[in-house]
Amino acid sequence: MILGRRGTILAGGAVLAAPAVQAQGADGPIRIGEINSYSSQPAFLMPYRNGWTMAVDEANAAGGVNGRRIETVFRDDAGRPEDAVRHAGELINNERVHLLSGGFLSNVGLAIADFANQNRRLFVASEPLTDALVWARGNRYTFRLRPSTYMQCAMLVEEAAKLPARRWATVAPNYEYGQSAVRWFKELLTRAKPDVQFVAEQFPALGRIDAGATVQALAGANPEAIFNVTFAADLTNFVRQGSTRGLFDRRRVVSLLTGEPEYLDPLGDEAPENWIVTGYPWQELNTEGHRRFREAYRSRFRDHPRLGSVVAYDTVTAILAMLRKSGSTETDPMVEAMRGLRFNSAFGEAEVEFRALDHQSTLGAYVGRTAVRNGRGVMVDWHYADGRKYLPSDDVVRGLRPQA
Amino acid sequence: MIFGVTRIVNFAHGSFYMLGAYLAWTLVTNLPRGHLGFWGGVLAAALIVGVLGVLIEVLLLRRIYKAPELFQLLATFGVVLIVQDLALLTWGPQDLLGPRAPGLRGATEVLGVRFPLYELFLIAVGPVMLGLLWLLFHRTRWGTLVRAATADREMVGALGVNQRMLFTTVFFLGSVLAGLGGALQLPRESVNLQMDLAIIAEAFVVVVVGGLGSLPGAFLAALLIGQMQAFGILIFPKITLVLAFLVMAVVLVVRPHGLLGRAPSSAHAAQVVEPPLEATPGWGRILLLALLALAILVPPFLGDFALIVFTEIAIMVLFAASLHFIMGPGGMASFGHAAYFGLGAYGAGLLVKHLAAPMEVGLLAAPFAAGLAGFVFGWFCVRLSGVYAAMLTLAFAQIAWSAAFQWVEITGGDNGILGVWPSAWAQPKLVFYYLSLVLCVAATLLLRRAIFAPFGYALRAGRDSPLRAEAIGMDGFHIRWAAFTLAAVAAGIAGGLFAYSKGSVFPTYMAIPRSVDALLMVLLGGVQTISGPIVGALAYTWIHEQLMRLFELWRLFLGAVILLLVLFFPQGLAGVARRRA
Repeated sequence: MILGRRGTILAGGAVLAAPAVQAQGADGPIRIGEINSYSSQPAFLMPYRNGWTMAVDEANAAGGVNGRRIETVFRDDAGRPEDAVRHAGELINNERVHLLSGGFLSNVGLAIADFANQNRRLFVASEPLTDALVWARGNRYTFRLRPSTYMQCAMLVEEAAKLPARRWATVAPNYEYGQSAVRWFKELLTRAKPDVQFVAEQFPALGRIDAGATVQALAGANPEAIFNVTFAADLTNFVRQGSTRGLFDRRRVVSLLTGEPEYLDPLGDEAPENWIVTGYPWQELNTEGHRRFREAYRSRFRDHPRLGSVVAYDTVTAILAMLRKSGSTETDPMVEAMRGLRFNSAFGEAEVEFRALDHQSTLGAYVGRTAVRNGRGVMVDWHYADGRKYLPSDDVVRGLRPQA
Repeated sequence: MIFGVTRIVNFAHGSFYMLGAYLAWTLVTNLPRGHLGFWGGVLAAALIVGVLGVLIEVLLLRRIYKAPELFQLLATFGVVLIVQDLALLTWGPQDLLGPRAPGLRGATEVLGVRFPLYELFLIAVGPVMLGLLWLLFHRTRWGTLVRAATADREMVGALGVNQRMLFTTVFFLGSVLAGLGGALQLPRESVNLQMDLAIIAEAFVVVVVGGLGSLPGAFLAALLIGQMQAFGILIFPKITLVLAFLVMAVVLVVRPHGLLGRAPSSAHAAQVVEPPLEATPGWGRILLLALLALAILVPPFLGDFALIVFTEIAIMVLFAASLHFIMGPGGMASFGHAAYFGLGAYGAGLLVKHLAAPMEVGLLAAPFAAGLAGFVFGWFCVRLSGVYAAMLTLAFAQIAWSAAFQWVEITGGDNGILGVWPSAWAQPKLVFYYLSLVLCVAATLLLRRAIFAPFGYALRAGRDSPLRAEAIGMDGFHIRWAAFTLAAVAAGIAGGLFAYSKGSVFPTYMAIPRSVDALLMVLLGGVQTISGPIVGALAYTWIHEQLMRLFELWRLFLGAVILLLVLFFPQGLAGVARRRA
């Protein structure tokens, strides 16, 4: 490496060689390389970054971990997995980070996970939902915080099975997340209620839904209930066209992620009522841990936390807990510490565990109904669905994760 | 309209549309409620966007009309990047939902189906706008001039018409309409930061399917694609990704000038004859050789990350050179060159995934996969000319992309193919870098050799004067077809190397942004120079990588850098070197 640095200087103005970081010693800061689609998904990731900064600052104010400060190097992948892989290389080789984290899009998460596996580095995936990340393509070095597509579908199926509806239609964005959500929902609901029938499915292109046509196509099949996976701009347009065209009259809707403030807030007073959703009821969630989190977030950013803020905060919390447990910044002890790691989420519910079995955390989600209060969409009648109850049995998981 | 008159491929049109929606949101939510507040806000937003359009035309585009064709595309792309970050700064990241239109909130029963009143209103707005524009173009002097300029710009100029004024007014009206389109979406859809890119590709498709410069054609095309969309999803719900491009491919194959477009009058259309290509001038050659020497000698002393970036730059040089080969000497722009890059990557990736093939086999398969696609797609594309050909390449690229995206069993869908790592001997970054360098430099030199071979001269003859070239017995079609295939092969090599350097293959490798990147590199370097793509790829990859790492608002900076380069180097970076030499 000494040669390397001199070479850098030799290359004169070799701008590529970026600030070589000396702080490798045992007393230097612990560096986390955080890669996310900041520029292409700002609605989720700006609150995410706030939550992240808050957690790191709190930790440093309390003296850091094992006497070392925490530093984060942020990189924007702009939604392109190939850029994420390049950043990962840069973070490891130039910035000398000790571990990687982040990932919003599933394919970005998978690309970093594969990179981490190849280079034997720890990767704590915060957000990507795809089941493949911990199952079909799971690896020794990758851990994931959020409840996966499967888990959130399982939470909703529990509620959907209680409805009298027999004829179901589905609508989902046309990419892996939408497709697997629909597949799991169908499979799990059919298992719970063998007489259900799926009469229509729509797969609008992500971010480019032709809402009028989609609504009409769903209405044409005359389902009794609808399973929705669209989110963000697609959801807004779908809801607007659907309510004007009466698609939701006398039909129950079960919807993934819609209760998250990221997606519920923009709908304002047009938020749909009485949908069964997964989400985050930040106003009403008054566990001790969450009250503290909400107030701290509010006083610092003059805004309420979004789910992204919680995900980031929890990711940092988990990493800190792992560092305390392992007492090391070498990859192998860190991986060992992650397996079975327990920590407290900003939700303030039961302890969350990173399962040694498949590296999935047992963080849950809130399931409830949507309603409009004071001109804004909120969740009501919600309860916390603990992630550990919505995972398949250990044997099934072993089958789904063949390589581990 | 803008395209018909000024021949500018205006990427920023989507940004105008998005700004129209954002401005309308701001105005409508701040003005008093009611008819005046709403409709006044919508119209005011459209007018403000029109003024912005004029500003961009006067300050930016007017300075570079003389630049080679498509160069303006680069400038408008810079505007797109800047607007994206400015909109994020101004209006924040959250989607905004505008109020519904007063008086048109509800729905009515049409044939037993509840139908929103506002949609009915929009259905009426379309034909009314078409009618108004028709009147404008056929009953006013200004409109006559615009139509004349669309048909034959040089002749209009020769007759003493003030072209500057014409261009500016056309740009104003075009921008107003884009802004109005965005503003009218307010009661239907949320306003968000993805609006610009979501609309722009489809807008181009509509314009090209309808036939360039034909308003009724565009209207017809919009109607056709809209209907196909509405009924197509009833039968094939997953067709949404690709439908518009499928329609375009079919239309262009059957009708090479769109539904209602006419073949450009070639009788006296001033064919810009490019000056003969010269080998890179002496000192330029020394510079390139020096760069190559640096690329060979320095890397052993660099860290791993610098090697990763160097590898990427080498690959991008070949990718840009392959696009340049058909764009410069071939005279055919390609908006979908990433298809061959991506197919090369998939050629390698699929072998790894399904047959566990080693890297050597994968790298061999990459050019074959890409070349085969180039051979098939090329047969359709090279029969067309100009923007139609470019759009057909885009259509094929999108079809290839959606196949990779949707065919989950084979390609892994958007989750891609993982574990495409080099063989053990090439694992060290330095070895892989030299492997990439050797392959890319060799392929680039081969392309250069082809340009100066009789084949290359024949290709350029066909570009500059198809009639004369045919008259002396050259088979333009087959020559272009071969060139297209060769370019695809070269892009495939680049794609295969890229797959192994990243360790994975994703549909994004052949998505539109990568095609745009290639275009930007070639244009930035200069289309009509040999060393252009090399310089362009170096500059663009390096600037992009640096800015993305250093700034959160990297799009803003990248856009600004592109604008500056465009203004100061209207012949491209290598072009200016040529002029000085």
